[in-house]
Amino acid sequence: MPELARAAWSRRLLLALLLAPALLWLSLLIVLPHLDLALLSFRERIAPRQFVPSLAQYRTFFTEPLYWHVFLRTALMSAGATALTLLVAFPIAWTIAKLARGRMSALLFVVCLIPFWVSETVRTLGWMILLRESGVLPQLLVHLGITAQPVELLYHDATILVGLVYTSLLFMVVPLVGSLESLDNALIEAAYDLGAKGGAILREIVIPHAAPGITAGCIVVFMLTLGNYLTPTLLGGKNSLWFTEQIYNQFITRFNWEQGAAFGFLLLALSTAMVWFGLKASGQRFSDVMRRT
Amino acid sequence: MSATASASSAPADLEARAVSKRFGAHLAVDNLSFAVARGSFFSILGPSGCGKTTLLRMIAGFIQPDGGSIAIGGRDMAGVGPNRRPVNMVFQQLALFPMMSVSENVAFGLARRGMARAERVRKAEAMLERVGLAGAGGKRTDELSGGQRQRVAIARSMVLEPTLLLLDEPLGALDLKLREHMKLELKQLQASFGTTFVYITHDQSEALVLSDHVGVMNHGHFEQLGTPQQLYYAPATPFVAGFVGNNNRVAGKALALEGALVQVGTAAGWSVRARAHGTIAVGSTVEAFIRPESAMLGRSAADFPPGQLAYTGEVLSLLFDGANSVVLLRELQSGQELRIALPQTGAYADLKVGDRIHFGFDPERAICFPAAAAHA
Repeated sequence: MPELARAAWSRRLLLALLLAPALLWLSLLIVLPHLDLALLSFRERIAPRQFVPSLAQYRTFFTEPLYWHVFLRTALMSAGATALTLLVAFPIAWTIAKLARGRMSALLFVVCLIPFWVSETVRTLGWMILLRESGVLPQLLVHLGITAQPVELLYHDATILVGLVYTSLLFMVVPLVGSLESLDNALIEAAYDLGAKGGAILREIVIPHAAPGITAGCIVVFMLTLGNYLTPTLLGGKNSLWFTEQIYNQFITRFNWEQGAAFGFLLLALSTAMVWFGLKASGQRFSDVMRRT
Repeated sequence: MSATASASSAPADLEARAVSKRFGAHLAVDNLSFAVARGSFFSILGPSGCGKTTLLRMIAGFIQPDGGSIAIGGRDMAGVGPNRRPVNMVFQQLALFPMMSVSENVAFGLARRGMARAERVRKAEAMLERVGLAGAGGKRTDELSGGQRQRVAIARSMVLEPTLLLLDEPLGALDLKLREHMKLELKQLQASFGTTFVYITHDQSEALVLSDHVGVMNHGHFEQLGTPQQLYYAPATPFVAGFVGNNNRVAGKALALEGALVQVGTAAGWSVRARAHGTIAVGSTVEAFIRPESAMLGRSAADFPPGQLAYTGEVLSLLFDGANSVVLLRELQSGQELRIALPQTGAYADLKVGDRIHFGFDPERAICFPAAAAHA
């Protein structure tokens, strides 16, 4: 008996040791700061170094149109970027999972991965070199006679979207490839044999099968896009009006940590609500979806 | 080899003319021609890699033949996609749609034809009832047993009233007991629907039990095309003799000709008489095939009719399998090993390993091929 007990105890110790880094990381870097931020967001400064509990930070968000306009705009553009990423990623994932074989499939995966060898800042600056008024693309357009003068391609909403889709592509391709690879080709052939055309096969067979992968990809991409700071700020400039920029401004420029913390929690609430809504709308279970990511 | 699957006057539902398919250097289907009569059950029997799956996929329209033509219901199918052919297929792993209910699976093809929902539900229910699955329409496909899934796969195809139903080894995934049961059920379903079935399998028992006609395929061509009885009792080639049913293969030389019979002698000195197939010259190498059930056992040499050669053998092992029990013997003089069926009377139930016993054959039921003719 004592030996059995010792074995069980050492097994538990081993499990605790294995989980310790993750638990430390979670509690020290995620839970504790968020608890502090939550406390910050529910107080108001009435005099230097004097704070009272209050909902003033949240009230400001709803009474100041700029804030909730930017909030809504960020949410809608993130949703748009997610949808666009799905449209672009699906054919890529289909090619990798179903059309390419062996080495070719691995090679295509690497091609999707290559942009991530470069840091996000450098990648985004690369986009700026391409798109700014004196950049490569506007010059090329002039050279080809499509535009008379170089046009400024930076600082448009479309530019932000392109940048976001580019950054997010891999995170959509990976879960899609996983879910498409597990689709038995015989199902597609059977549907074809029973009289279905391409559109019906996609709608009735492929998408229902890939739904967990699609949902997983959308959730990850939406969260990444919503919380992205660099791409909207650099490609959108002063007009980007991205909500993370507002949070940054409150913390760094205005030194209004209380307001910044409240914004942070509003963004967290939005992201949680959208994920919940996405799961409900697609009829997926969170656990199934998370296994695909 | 060119042949017609049926001598009856029924029109052909499937007609292949000089169909070929090559994958790189490998000739998968080699200039194949055959016809399948309306309402018949036709099997293509062959070992894996013989080209039968390629042939089936060409009939279904998933791959295009390199040469020749395929006509279904009298209409040439060149350039017609699988979704527009009057052909449906039961896939090897059945390929039921797991994202749909049983009823939706059956109604899938009807929906693709633009049939209204109420009508398609009614037709799907009627079809499910016909295959003995009334009331199972609302179930998920993974709630069904192997046999039930099989029937859903057939119902899903048959509801579209195809000219031809293709079946790609659908019984392969089932366990033995269920396979025996489904064999019977398939035959009954085919008889009740009256649809032409084209069935591919590597299991000779399935082909023999189910089919009106069987094409035995090897290396991309038909070795023989005929009724199961013809294949069994009158194999046209050594391959068919070895592949269809159990057989003892005896390789040797033709020692002498006695009318239609050949005396075959093995290198070890055993000799046996068999019916000659084709012309055999004395001294040429030959292959003889003797069915285990065509042999007779005897306690003494006097048990055999006069004129028949009787041999003495030692029992190497007894393979008891009810009605299919066999004894493995070694002929004493030459060491030739033979499988011989035990009579079902139980007369030799007391046989033990190491016992000596007499055995003999009716030479008319053994068959001898010239060895060089194989794959010529």
